[in-house]
Amino acid sequence: MRIRCPYCGERDLSEFAYWGDGGYVRPDPHAHDPEFAYYTAVYLRDNPAGAHAEFWYHGIGCRSWLKVTRDTVSHRILGVEFAGARR
Amino acid sequence: MRYSLFSLLRQSLVGHRGWQPVWRDAAPKRGYDIVVIGGGGHGLATAHYLAKVHGIRDVAVLEKSWIGSGNAGRNTTIIRSNYLLPGNNPFYELSMKLWEGLEQDLNFNTMVSQRGVVNLYHSDAQRDAYARRGNAMRMHGVDAELLSRAEVKRMLPFLDFDNARFPIRGGLLQRRGGTARHDAVVWGYARSASDLGVDIVQNCEVTGFLREGDRVVGVSTSRGDIRAAKVAVVVAGSSSRLAALAGLKLPIESHVLQAFVSEAIKPFIDTVVTFGAGHFYISQSDKGGLVFGGDIDGYNSYAQRGNLPTVEDVCESGVALMPAISRARLLRSWAGIMDMSMDGSPIIDRTPLPGLYLNAGWCYGGFKATPASGFCLAHLLARDESHPLAAALTLDRFGAGRLIDEKGQGAQPNLH
Repeated sequence: MRIRCPYCGERDLSEFAYWGDGGYVRPDPHAHDPEFAYYTAVYLRDNPAGAHAEFWYHGIGCRSWLKVTRDTVSHRILGVEFAGARR
Repeated sequence: MRYSLFSLLRQSLVGHRGWQPVWRDAAPKRGYDIVVIGGGGHGLATAHYLAKVHGIRDVAVLEKSWIGSGNAGRNTTIIRSNYLLPGNNPFYELSMKLWEGLEQDLNFNTMVSQRGVVNLYHSDAQRDAYARRGNAMRMHGVDAELLSRAEVKRMLPFLDFDNARFPIRGGLLQRRGGTARHDAVVWGYARSASDLGVDIVQNCEVTGFLREGDRVVGVSTSRGDIRAAKVAVVVAGSSSRLAALAGLKLPIESHVLQAFVSEAIKPFIDTVVTFGAGHFYISQSDKGGLVFGGDIDGYNSYAQRGNLPTVEDVCESGVALMPAISRARLLRSWAGIMDMSMDGSPIIDRTPLPGLYLNAGWCYGGFKATPASGFCLAHLLARDESHPLAAALTLDRFGAGRLIDEKGQGAQPNLH
């Protein structure tokens, strides 16, 4: 498995660290039932077999946080962007 | 057919032509009292204990492929009960006790070998942590011995004791731990369950759940609909996929764990050794191959195939621990899909849907738990109450804050 970092180019998997599900959104503590919202965000996962958006950190490289879309069945990388790109 | 010395002698006189298939490959009926999804060790053990302990024999075990084709056939066959925390330790000790009587219970040679499990420590802090774990084990009635460096050296003289970075200072030994023959465990449970009247249905993939309101009343499969009063999901590795069919989201990520076997060599390691400075565990099979593994790869995966950086990491750990194996050639490597739960501990519980039960989240410790997992799930299915020794392994513990976090890593499944 190799990941094409938008800054460094295609690099070996061993340069990257995995954080997990890219769908994580920090819940609003002032919203209705924040306990349930935090439980859901911290503990529950879709865990799909197929396309999965996830965070990777290019620790032995440019040290960027990346949002990678990857097929969890074939390990094929479907897309890579900087994690902050959509904000 | 019962196995005994006499049956073996009789068969040897007739050229072993009289052996029969040991379980029935059943076709599914339209309905059962209980349907168990998943024909691995845990599912078949559940069926065995349902029939044998609770007298419930109208049971089907549904397997999408052939039995034992998933993680039951992919593990490193280690059995042990050296756990620290109260919610875990008595449960795994129940499993250890069931292993000790398993061959008599099943009349099947599961090759349980109590050759001991040694966890090495490499620093003062790690010795203290192991002393604490050993004390916790002994307080629960589990055997544990803290070994000095000299005692480890007598047992395992070929380890690299003076590694500059991670010298070996001693170890924590559970003598009753060891290994078992994984495929024989599957076949033994299948044979026993089948003899007691359980239907083992292979090539039968569950594609959905039959519902009446909230209640689950059966499953739709590739071989037709099957109704059941109770349905148990026992498919560690794919639990989230099955749960999604019922509209449930689980505190689980699926990760890939690799395992390895070397070419067969003469008797070398007569126990199970784990490296405390990295993550590496090794034993020697009866055929002579060194069976070993390490960490999960660390990213979500359903591939049953890992990547090379982990292969390199595991082999480096092994050679750091016992340099002699650097000359052994790797024969084979493979991988299985682990249900990594959010606290590193399993789940045996009801689900929010009446009629649907869950056995999941075994991380990479499912094999050793096979007997107790089946025993406790059978208890839950038969009596609708948790077995006292599995009462902490609930699905709602994550929301309620009653986590059983053996490694203290928090909700980061790839670190457990």
